Amino acid sequence: MGHGGGGALSAELVQHVFAPAFGGEVLAQLGDAAALSLGGVRMAFSTDSFVVRPLFFPGGSIGDLAVNGTVNDLAMSGARAAYLSCGFILEEGVEMETVARVAEALGAAARSAGVEVVTGDTKVVEAGHGDGIFINTAGIGLIPAGVDLRPQRVVPGDVVIVSGAIGVHGVAIMSVREGLEFGVEIESDCAALGGLVDAMLAVTPDVHVLRDPTRGGLAAALNEIAVASGAGVVIRERDVPVPPAVANACAVLGLDPMYVANEGKLVAFVPREHADAVLDAMRAHPLGAESRIIGEVVDAHPGMVVARTGLGGTRVVDLPIGEQLPRIC
Amino acid sequence: MKYIDEFQDPDLARRLLDDIHSTVTRPWALMEVCGGQTHTIIRHGIDQLLPDQVELIHGPGCPVCVTPLEVIDKALEIASRPGVIFCSFGDMLRVPGTGRDLFQVRGAGGDVRVVYSPLDALRIAQQNPDRQVVFFGIGFETTAPPNAMTVYQARKLGIPNFSLLVSHVRVPPAIEAIMQSPTCRVQGFLAAGHVCSVMGVGEYPELAERYRVPIVVTGFEPLDILEGVRRTVAQLERGEHTVDNAYPRAVRPEGNPAARAMLEDVFEVTDRAWRGIGVIPDSGWRLSPKYREYDAEYRFSVDGIQTREPAACRSGEVLQGLLKPHECEAFGTLCTPRTPLGATMVSSEGACAAYYLYRRLDLTPAPREATPVV
Repeated sequence: MGHGGGGALSAELVQHVFAPAFGGEVLAQLGDAAALSLGGVRMAFSTDSFVVRPLFFPGGSIGDLAVNGTVNDLAMSGARAAYLSCGFILEEGVEMETVARVAEALGAAARSAGVEVVTGDTKVVEAGHGDGIFINTAGIGLIPAGVDLRPQRVVPGDVVIVSGAIGVHGVAIMSVREGLEFGVEIESDCAALGGLVDAMLAVTPDVHVLRDPTRGGLAAALNEIAVASGAGVVIRERDVPVPPAVANACAVLGLDPMYVANEGKLVAFVPREHADAVLDAMRAHPLGAESRIIGEVVDAHPGMVVARTGLGGTRVVDLPIGEQLPRIC
Repeated sequence: MKYIDEFQDPDLARRLLDDIHSTVTRPWALMEVCGGQTHTIIRHGIDQLLPDQVELIHGPGCPVCVTPLEVIDKALEIASRPGVIFCSFGDMLRVPGTGRDLFQVRGAGGDVRVVYSPLDALRIAQQNPDRQVVFFGIGFETTAPPNAMTVYQARKLGIPNFSLLVSHVRVPPAIEAIMQSPTCRVQGFLAAGHVCSVMGVGEYPELAERYRVPIVVTGFEPLDILEGVRRTVAQLERGEHTVDNAYPRAVRPEGNPAARAMLEDVFEVTDRAWRGIGVIPDSGWRLSPKYREYDAEYRFSVDGIQTREPAACRSGEVLQGLLKPHECEAFGTLCTPRTPLGATMVSSEGACAAYYLYRRLDLTPAPREATPVV
């Protein structure tokens, strides 16, 4: 299971098994989406599979995730998603009404994100061999001229911006999946980020890298960028926006919000001279209203993420190994 | 933010630190008993902010770390059996037994489930009357009462297919064992606040007097830790050795009488082996004879398991405060969270895990430049 958690085990599986087996220079870049050039047109292509349980949760459903996840992977390479494919794997016995609800949610999310589902596939597996509904989506979109988002462009001095509160989606899922009640209802932040990215790139195409901190959370996203760029990243822990409900739920479970999944947030590495303008543009967008600078890129400790703690100490922010596990006491 | 930010306030922390800095006149070695406190200390960099004279020694209070290898192997054996649903808190699943862990048992087809409460396991037993449901009951005085309550409920509700694999441990005998060691350097204890919230502070005055060591009941947030250190250092500087409750918002002197009554009904005190340390007299609980039918060891007859600790693992010394994690030759090389030799590297409260996760920048020969303040 840990190999699907978005942490170190996932990265190892991709780097040591899939990438060598498949080969190819584009894949070797290991971005959320592949940046391609076809007939002189620059585009991004991405795929993602969704195995969330339960299928419906506060603030969204597997249908919303299946659209927004792929749309956001494309947006992180600067592309506005245009077309999606959609593959459903249904477990024998799943209610047709449930399938219809998921399909409607998926369609609505696609329309909201401004993308069209243009092809698809359906398979059915025997009862006991699935989890109700699995969905795979793939998407393509065009990358605007002048946009070149990749970790290798990160340099010391870049400012690290996060688009809002972290940990919300993961805690929302835990609250329903595990039957935990945290005193307040927490809704997933599931959202398509294409519009927010458009607003940022309209200010300057010279954003260096974007990442949506999904599985593995903010810590995994920052580590991926630090490792891929060879940059040292320093964040100020007190500036990382963690809603009280998320902080309290994580405190109860012994989890670190930095490692909890998000589905509607992004992390941006932006040249310092553009940081204020980009931040203003983000804050003017509904999905970026709570954007804030949380740190910067430094020459020290290349490839590592370090947090300055609220008390003034420092600590390494590591890549999670697999899933976080709730502690005993 | 209520309850969390209040106890991480940098200005208040600064004041406490200033007080500690101005009080201390010579070296003192304090042990924080609980692994949760260790993680707070390392995660927030508290040890970096204290005066050099104040050394924090990490104690044996990680329930996952001290669960004996033999019990882990019994868990693996039971969880592998057909017809069993084995329930555990999440952080036990990565702890290595002899050759494998509970994750690997699950990967091989065992029905191993993570639960958030022992009562969840009891509910699973109710929902699966044709299966045997076993809950892995480990931990200190904090987790023992709810586990005792679950067994009590199983009997009351007439749920026959539920049992508990018990490896509960008690803090005061561990403190005594540490103080009796000829190599002990501990001069003051930060006692685990949540343990005292159950048991009260009545067990400590005799220990404080006998070993002439201050014991300060301490919470888990950064300011709690600093206040615990401040009071302990103040006592040491004055030459005192009393029990002091620095965690009154959670700890009453008498503890939680209802929880203690439940413990006394369902469990009885027994000698218990601590992983890496050995047997400490009267340091554990087991199910009392009248609840024996709910004892998974008895129900599944898992006797005769032979265990062997990896020779390279020095977690026992770490747990006794004799060795800092990074002073172990295997730290970060042979032994990492991916390839743990012992539970201290894999537990969410383990001292080795804390050093590996949060302190690698200081402990590896890699770049040592000061981290710029941003």
